[in-house]
Amino acid sequence: MVRTNDDTTVAAIRQWLGEVNDPEVPVLSILDLGIVRDIRVGQPDSSQSTPVPHPGQVEIVITPTYSGCPAMDMIRMQIVAALNQHGYERVKVTTVLSPAWTTEWMSQEGKDKLRAYGIAPPNPLQQVCQIRPFHREEAVQCPRCGSYHTSLISEFGSTACKALYKCADCKEPFDYFKCH
Amino acid sequence: MTHSTALIQYTLHLADDSLILGHRNSEWTGHGPILEQDIALSNIALDLIGQARNFYQYAAELINAGRQPAPRNIPGPAVNPSPVTEDQLAYLRDGWDFKNCLLVEQTNGDWAKTILRQFFFSAYQTTLYERLTQGRDKTLAAIAAKSHKEGIYHLRWSSEWVIRLGDGTEESHTRMNNALDELWKFTGELHTATPYEVETATAGIGPGLSQLRPQWEEKVKEVFDEAGLSYPPAIWMQTGGKEGRHTEQLGYILAEMQFLQRAYPGCEW
Repeated sequence: MVRTNDDTTVAAIRQWLGEVNDPEVPVLSILDLGIVRDIRVGQPDSSQSTPVPHPGQVEIVITPTYSGCPAMDMIRMQIVAALNQHGYERVKVTTVLSPAWTTEWMSQEGKDKLRAYGIAPPNPLQQVCQIRPFHREEAVQCPRCGSYHTSLISEFGSTACKALYKCADCKEPFDYFKCH
Repeated sequence: MTHSTALIQYTLHLADDSLILGHRNSEWTGHGPILEQDIALSNIALDLIGQARNFYQYAAELINAGRQPAPRNIPGPAVNPSPVTEDQLAYLRDGWDFKNCLLVEQTNGDWAKTILRQFFFSAYQTTLYERLTQGRDKTLAAIAAKSHKEGIYHLRWSSEWVIRLGDGTEESHTRMNNALDELWKFTGELHTATPYEVETATAGIGPGLSQLRPQWEEKVKEVFDEAGLSYPPAIWMQTGGKEGRHTEQLGYILAEMQFLQRAYPGCEW
């Protein structure tokens, strides 16, 4: 994922990006979400054939979760602000659409943080994404009591990436980060 | 028509379909029958408008890169040093420049009509995007791949509602049939190719629309069967929207959607 034309710099930038959180699910960093696709650092003596940033410039390549995700503009601003703070004045944020983002790119740490926050983390991809109406519901585990005795309230939740469930055991409603 | 002109028109057509349906759906925000479905339709609107933005950005890029004539009303790169933007394409074109199909501009009516409109469109859009993903234009293929995943949700959600209403109470069944009467005549246009669609299909960018038709019919029949609705017989179909000949409904949308940018050009908030 990371183009290592300067390992130390890239590692440092990566660490700073880990402090940029998703404004809509603030418990997740953009690294946990898996939307950072590449970190490119401009080299004075670059001889690479692929287009690289100018010397002193840093390019962060991100991909949106959903096409209409309103958090993307905010995330772009936060990336620039975070790197400016660490002395990088020339920061370029590029958005790519392909390959399309999937919840498979979410880190295990991210999934654990989600659960602790009260949002059920996404199931592995193969379970879902069926086109048929009234398909068999996914087995989603309640993030509060751990029960699988849960049911779907609505396929669309408070943000594009979540669905609304309720738990039949602890009786609490909860968000499920949809497998995508 | 040169190749890039057709590609620009095709990209604008894809953008306009998503923007206009997204705008229509957004009219329900705050008015949905129950909170969960209000949120569902608003989320679908958000997906569609996000897809439209991706297509408009690409159309603007093509116009700027090829020094193509900008659509009417927009100072193009030939006379204006500043490049055409996605916002100009959405907010400054007039009705006859919009290339959305007639189906998506139809009024919301009741919940049944909104649902059926979404179902007809999603059944079309998912098959289209599936094929567009394999097309020769890399940017359109990437947007389509991303949007297809979202379209699956829209199709499943609207299918379930068509079944729920069609197979529900006497009143919901009647309303579904009324919606069908109003909307069926606009479905033929989905698979009637315009010259720019023929040209992009020939170039291997988009699919031949007639090839998508059987899949669409199969999906509609399958859902109608479960919903207890009869698949309508062949009738005269209205067309023209994709070439800028619209029903009166589009004008009302544009009047509301474009007012601010026309009255206060370049306004930001």
